[in-house]
Amino acid sequence: MEAGSLPELAGVPWRERASPALLARRGRLWTAYTVAHVVPFVCVAALLVALEPLSAPVALAALAHAWIIPELYAFRGANTAKPRRGPAHAAEPVAQGLLGDLLGHHERALQRETGLALERGALGVWLVGQQGALLVTAGGRRIHCFCVRVAEPDLPPSDRTAHLLLALREDEQGFATVANHAFSGAPWRVRRRLPSAMRRALDAARARAS
Amino acid sequence: MPRLIRMDPTGHSTLAEWTVDDDTAYAEAVAAFRREIRIGHIATVPEGPGKATHVRELPRGAALVILRRPIAGG
Repeated sequence: MEAGSLPELAGVPWRERASPALLARRGRLWTAYTVAHVVPFVCVAALLVALEPLSAPVALAALAHAWIIPELYAFRGANTAKPRRGPAHAAEPVAQGLLGDLLGHHERALQRETGLALERGALGVWLVGQQGALLVTAGGRRIHCFCVRVAEPDLPPSDRTAHLLLALREDEQGFATVANHAFSGAPWRVRRRLPSAMRRALDAARARAS
Repeated sequence: MPRLIRMDPTGHSTLAEWTVDDDTAYAEAVAAFRREIRIGHIATVPEGPGKATHVRELPRGAALVILRRPIAGG
């Protein structure tokens, strides 16, 4: 393990360390994967209607598949940013204070409004939540969604975010390596699946990335 | 005054405070630090916006040392 690298990397020695090149490659793979899901279903729908117009209902079902499968992947990506469900935690005000101390003025206000902590890194602009993080790259034209959490069930929500934020600041590439890559695609595909407050955070991240 | 805190279900707990000149308080802080590291905590020194450093020994001059639990892919 490199000096200054995230200690958690010892748990995933088989993973290639995240880098701009690796993320770009993953982005291209996700695009190819999406095209591979959409194009065959659209072709089948067009062929069915061309051969027999009465088969239009089956063609519609094929088009529905072409739409639903990419949507499910985007939904999975958006879920990484959403907060955990559950009753309010009694210690949240204390945890919120510590998290606020770690953030700058603008980022603190944004986090309190949206639940996501904005952090500029070398890989792009991050939005860190309670159980995942979004990374906006390529001048705001691509988003990567990561599922990552702290394995401590009783922590207040802001402490969860603070755990991820500190790990990200210790070693950004290590953080992106330890986290599970859940989705990559155009930001609008994730944005429309987010609660309205979180959309404002994503807009801010895209503006910061461009 | 430098502080050693641990993020936990209470939000956070202050485990030790010391001053650069107070050897006894620092030694107690080091003992608390090592106890937490042994049970799996990770120590981080926040260094302003966007920066934090993982430390394996308690830095005497750091203003704040935060103990966190390990993260993992979800």
